[in-house]
Amino acid sequence: MSKCGCTCSDAKEKQLQEIIEKYKNTEGALIPVLHEAQEVYGYLPLSVQSKIAEGLNVPLAEVYGVVTFYTQFSLYPKGAYKIQVCLGTACYVKGAALVLNELQKELGIEVGKCTEDGKFSLDACRCIGACGLAPVIMINDDVYGRLKPEDVKGIIQKYKDMTE
Amino acid sequence: MHFYRAHVLCCAGTGCTSSKSLDIISNFEKYIKENQLENEVKVIKTGCFGLCAEGPIVVVYPEGTMYVRVSPADVKEIVEEHLVKGRAVQRLLAGHDKTAEVSQSLDNIEFFTRQKRIALRNCGVINPECIDEYIARDGYSALAKVLTQMTPQQVIDEVTASNLRGRGGAGFPTGRKWQFAANSKGDIKYVCCNADEGDPGAFMDRSILEGDPHSVIEAMTIAGYAIGANHGLIYIRAEYPIAVQRLKIAIQQANEYGLLGENILGTGFSFDLQIRLGAGAFVCGEETALMTSIEGKRGEPRVRPPFPAVKGLFGKPTVLNNVETYANIPVIILKGAEWFNTIGTERSKGTKVFAVGGNIVNTGLVEIAMGTTLREIVYDIGGGIPNGKKFKAAQTGGPSGGCIPAEHLDTPIEYDTLTKLGSMMGSGGLIVLDEDNCMVDIAKFFLEFTVDESCGKCPPCRIGTKRMLELLEKITSGDGEDGDIEKLEELAKSISKSALCGLGQTAPNPVLSTLRYFRHEYEAHVYDKKCPAGVCKAMLHYHIIADKCIGCGLCARKCPTSAISGDKKQPHVIDQSKCIKCGVCMESCKFAAIYRG
Ligand SMILES: Cc1cc2nc3c(=O)[nH]c(=O)nc-3n(C[C@H](O)[C@H](O)[C@H](O)COP(=O)(O)O)c2cc1C
Ligand code: SF4
Ligand code: SF4
Ligand code: FES
Repeated sequence: MSKCGCTCSDAKEKQLQEIIEKYKNTEGALIPVLHEAQEVYGYLPLSVQSKIAEGLNVPLAEVYGVVTFYTQFSLYPKGAYKIQVCLGTACYVKGAALVLNELQKELGIEVGKCTEDGKFSLDACRCIGACGLAPVIMINDDVYGRLKPEDVKGIIQKYKDMTE
Repeated sequence: MHFYRAHVLCCAGTGCTSSKSLDIISNFEKYIKENQLENEVKVIKTGCFGLCAEGPIVVVYPEGTMYVRVSPADVKEIVEEHLVKGRAVQRLLAGHDKTAEVSQSLDNIEFFTRQKRIALRNCGVINPECIDEYIARDGYSALAKVLTQMTPQQVIDEVTASNLRGRGGAGFPTGRKWQFAANSKGDIKYVCCNADEGDPGAFMDRSILEGDPHSVIEAMTIAGYAIGANHGLIYIRAEYPIAVQRLKIAIQQANEYGLLGENILGTGFSFDLQIRLGAGAFVCGEETALMTSIEGKRGEPRVRPPFPAVKGLFGKPTVLNNVETYANIPVIILKGAEWFNTIGTERSKGTKVFAVGGNIVNTGLVEIAMGTTLREIVYDIGGGIPNGKKFKAAQTGGPSGGCIPAEHLDTPIEYDTLTKLGSMMGSGGLIVLDEDNCMVDIAKFFLEFTVDESCGKCPPCRIGTKRMLELLEKITSGDGEDGDIEKLEELAKSISKSALCGLGQTAPNPVLSTLRYFRHEYEAHVYDKKCPAGVCKAMLHYHIIADKCIGCGLCARKCPTSAISGDKKQPHVIDQSKCIKCGVCMESCKFAAIYRG
């Protein structure tokens, strides 16, 4: 249990303190803590970063520096459906850029952004290892392969229908 | 031990899992039970077979029958036909859709027969989540041999004599590296594994970790014994959740079996292993950046020397090797350096795994003896280029590498020949490009990657690659001017010389190598404002050939921006100002009346 002394009113905060406690004495603790904190919160807002800085006793500037260096860490919340478009080489030479364009058009957002209703976020990623199915996209944990730009509409519609 | 009359192996690597192989496995279990075969047939979840293009893949032993593109709905038939009645399901056999003879078994599929599997020896053969299966295939006997019959120096000598070179890119002799670290004085030393696999078209390291994690654990422990280290760390990409999970399971099992941890096999040698997740930065694949990242900082490279063997992780002597390098070690220890030297070429011994992708029939993983020609990989193993297209080039070495054009298809593949051709072995991504790929666009793709991934520490890389990318963007959007190609070349050469780490030093390679072999494509963009492959949109126009157009109106209806108009039964025209160059019209026309140019 944490002995942080603060009012750990909400469950997430308690989890965060436990994570910090677990790694406190490990060398190079910051990155594992950030990974696990992001799993709890879904992203790493400044408020979470400053708690980590305090807990691990490192300057906030260093925490922020690390968070912004690595693409896995996000300062902004992601959509309920996280869409990742593989722009690895195998996918690229098979037309992944066209699929990405279509997705941007269909969702009306740019890469790295989230739709206003919070349903979809769109990111580019590197090889997810399904090159045999190139080009591929991933929506949360589902992989869609051998895509053509015209397949995009139907796939997005499926997710839109699911939430309604 | 229970004896099963048949084994069903199903790939549970990332590729096949994404096409529902886990459902296939559970269906097998269900139907095997329904047919009361659970005491006769065993279902095994394996790692990648390598033939990812044809996944999901199921192999039934003892026959070795390979089923391809299996769907969960096919399982019932395989169980009822093959496992109950002993008749292979013809429609799912490898090669069933081609005119050539259907391949009944793994042993006569050219994709496999041409390969030599050392690093991938257990992938697709054992269940990676079961240490007993690894042990049954001689697993951990190399470790036992080392700990009970060899001195640390003998281990290093054996690895040195094998002439194994690092598979992570640079090809540095592994034995020499271990010797340096062994010679360094220090109470604490580390053994690290580079599983950051940054080349955006390579996935062999992931497949090894998913399909045979114990081989890496065993090798790292051997390295620990050799250099006098008791701690190991595996730095792995967070984007590889299945590999991370399997590694965790494997480490736990090895600990339980006394093959890892305190007092291994009662010999007094102790070695522990931890996993550290990367966080999505390509530069962290570079050895010094990787160590900085494990230390919890921004993964920026350091100046070498001091080399990691002297001053590495947390300032202690460290050995860092790539996953595939490690996977070779147990076999070398068991079969000996002499055996290893019989495979490969004069200066590159052993095998190399390639992740073959792009415009090729059999995308997937292949392991070949060094010295195999590119032609054999592309045509004999890879099955050639789909849709009757022409081979243009093979890209190796990812963002640090270059292209090998058709005239060099017969070059034997090894470290030195690839470097001489202006490319490099890299970690083993091999992307096949055909006539529809624009080489300037490919160079731009890799430059975008390096600009994105430059850590920003040194100006030549941070600013120089950006300038190169701007020039490439200018050229591909049809604004190229006389002198731009020369400027690009100059920039490339000076960045190669002045950047701090390997990322910056090799970033210009894709440009330099495409300039070397495909300068005419650059010139076509700059001087003729044409993209010969028809990729760079700014230079593309769709036209309707009036003589061929019968005025059916189909294209006009399909066009998303209503750019096409014309009277019924009259030749139609495309309004270039509205056209977004999506190409839908050309695809839809049944009279080949639309061309791109
Ligand atoms: C920018 C850059 C990225 C690299 N990425 C990787 C990588 O993803 N995996 C890898 O094993 N080596 C990578 N390397 C090479 C490593 O620095 C190092 O040489 C290698 O891991 C040593 O292992 P080996 O001798 O077994 O090949 C990279 C090097 C550079 C300069
Ligand atoms: S070459 Fe690029 S990646 Fe390497 S240190 Fe310099 S800026 Fe960073
Ligand atoms: S589809 Fe072909 S034939 Fe029909 S109007 Fe268009 S260009 Fe003419
Ligand atoms: S390049 Fe997209 S999955 Fe490998």
